[in-house]
Amino acid sequence: MMDLVFSTAITFVGQATSITTFDSYALSVVVKIAFALGLFFVVPLIGGYLEHKVMGRMQARRGPVEAGPFGTLQLVADGIKFIQKEDVIPRAADKWVFAAAPGVALVPGMLIFLVLPIGPGVFALDLELGLFYALAISSVSVLGIMMGGWASANKFALLGGLRAGGQLIAYELPLILAAIAVAVQAGTLSLVGIVEAQATFTLPGTTINVWYLFPQFLGFAIFFLAAMAELSRPPFDMPIADSELVFGYMTEYTGIKFAMYLLTEYGGMIVMSALMVVLYLGGWQLLPGVPLPGCEGTGGLFDCDPMGTLLGVVITIGKIMALVFLMVWARVAYPRLREDQLQRFAWLALIPLALLNLALVGVAKVVF
Amino acid sequence: MTGHDVVFLLVALLTGGAALLTVTSKNLFHAALFLAVTLAGIAGTFLVMRADFLALVQLIVYVGSVAVLFLFGLMLTRAPIGREALDGQNRGLALVVSGTLFVVLSTLIISTFGGERAAEVAGPSIADIGISIFADWVLPFELLSMLLLAALIGAILLARREDGESGEPMPERRIELSDEPVTHAGAQELPAGDSKPELTAGGDR
Repeated sequence: MMDLVFSTAITFVGQATSITTFDSYALSVVVKIAFALGLFFVVPLIGGYLEHKVMGRMQARRGPVEAGPFGTLQLVADGIKFIQKEDVIPRAADKWVFAAAPGVALVPGMLIFLVLPIGPGVFALDLELGLFYALAISSVSVLGIMMGGWASANKFALLGGLRAGGQLIAYELPLILAAIAVAVQAGTLSLVGIVEAQATFTLPGTTINVWYLFPQFLGFAIFFLAAMAELSRPPFDMPIADSELVFGYMTEYTGIKFAMYLLTEYGGMIVMSALMVVLYLGGWQLLPGVPLPGCEGTGGLFDCDPMGTLLGVVITIGKIMALVFLMVWARVAYPRLREDQLQRFAWLALIPLALLNLALVGVAKVVF
Repeated sequence: MTGHDVVFLLVALLTGGAALLTVTSKNLFHAALFLAVTLAGIAGTFLVMRADFLALVQLIVYVGSVAVLFLFGLMLTRAPIGREALDGQNRGLALVVSGTLFVVLSTLIISTFGGERAAEVAGPSIADIGISIFADWVLPFELLSMLLLAALIGAILLARREDGESGEPMPERRIELSDEPVTHAGAQELPAGDSKPELTAGGDR
C-alpha cells in the first residue's frame, strides 16, 4: 500500500541522477527518506555543537567539556534529558493544538532536506522546482509557531506568536526575492542546476569563473539577514525575547515538545546555510574554477568517483558550518533589535533593496 | 480503480472533511486551522493531478500567507484563548448559498467534462509555464497585477484612519487576557461601532 501511495503521490520531475536512486523503486524511496531523515537528525547536532563551542570561546568560557570527548555529546545528552522530562500541558491550553504545534513547525524543516544537495550526486531528489519547493515548504512552519503561541493560553506566548507571525511574513518577502534573483541568473530552479550554472558562470568578456556571491553580493547580504530573521535567531529573536516575553511562544512548552522547537531552529540554520551555499557559494566547488579531483562533467563537479564524492560532501558541510559560524558570531556580537525597528528594517530597507537587486540582475542578464 | 484514483480519493476526502469542519467548528481559531488544512489538501489534489508548480503556489500563497494572516488577525483581535463557542446566526442562508453554488458548479463541470476519461496527465514543465505567462499572456498577466495592486491600495486606504479624522479620539480597546481558561464577555462588551481593533500596547500613535 505504502509504495503505491509513494509511486503515485510523488509526481515531481526528477532531473540529475542521485546516489540514492536504485533500480527498485521501493528501495529508492526508503533510502531517500532515510537519507533525508539522517541528514535532519545529524547535521543540526553538529551545528548546535559548533554554536555551543563558538559562543563559549567568544564569551571567554569553554563551552561543553564533560559529555564525550571535548563535549561533543552534549546535545545528545540534552536530547536524552528532554525525553525524560515530564510533558506538561497547561490546564487552560487547547490540548490538541498545543500538542500538534511543535510537529507542524518541525515537519516542513524535515521535508526540505529532501532537496538539499550536499555533494555531487549526494541528494535525495533533484526537483525541477527545487528552490521553489524549499521556499514554499519553509513558509508553512510559521503555522506551527502561531498555533503554539495561541494554544498555550498564556499572554506571553500569545504576544510571542503574534510577533513571530508578523516577523516571518515580513522577512519571507526579501528572502524569496533574493532567491528569485539567483534563479533568474542561473536560468533554473533546480538546486543542482544552480550549482552547475555557477560552475560555468564566467565574468563577461573573460574566462574567470566566479560564484554568484560576487555579482550578487547584495542579494547574499539580503538573504543572510532575512534567513537569520526567519529563524528568529538573535539579533532578530523578538518572538522569544527572553527579557520581555519570558520565552515567547515556547514559554509553556517542556520536554520533548520544547526540544522539537529547538530542533526546528537548528535544522532551519542548516537548511538556510545549505541554501546559501548552493545559491551563492558554488555548492561543492572548492574554489571558483577548481574542479574536484576524480570528477568529470560540467566544471569538473559531476560524475565523481567515491573519493571525489566524499570530498564534495566535506566541502559542502564545511561551507555550511562556516555560515553557521557567521550566524553564531552575529548572535554574540549584536544586541536584539526592537520590534518596531525589526519591522521597519524589513519593509523599508530589505524589501526595496531586494526589488532593486532583482531589477539589476534582470537587466544584467539581458545585457550580458 | 487505479492507485492514482485511490490516492486522489484519500486526498479529496481529507480536503472535504477539513472543509466541513471549517464551517461547523464553533471555535474561530480551530476553524482557521481547519481552513489551513483544507487549503493544504487542495495543494495535495493539485499534486496528485501532476500540477506540481500549482501545488507549490497554493502552498506558499494560501497556507503560508493567507491562513497565517487569518490566524494573525484572529490573535490580534479576538484571541479567544481556550474553549469558546461562537456561532453565526446565518446557518440557513449559508446552506442555501453554498448549496446553490455546489449544484451550479457541479452541473457545469459534469456537463462539460462528464464522461470524458481524463488522459494520463503529465504537467507542463516550469519553463513552458514561464514562457506562456510572460510571453504569450503577458498583457492579461500585467492587467491582473494592476488589479491586485489597486485592490491592495484600496484595502490600505480603507483600513487606515488618520488621527482626528472622525473628529474624536480613537476608542481604546484592548485584548482581554486572564489566567482563566475561558474568555468571559469582556471582549464583547465594547461598543459595537469601533471596527478598528488595535493593541494599545504599541503606543506609537
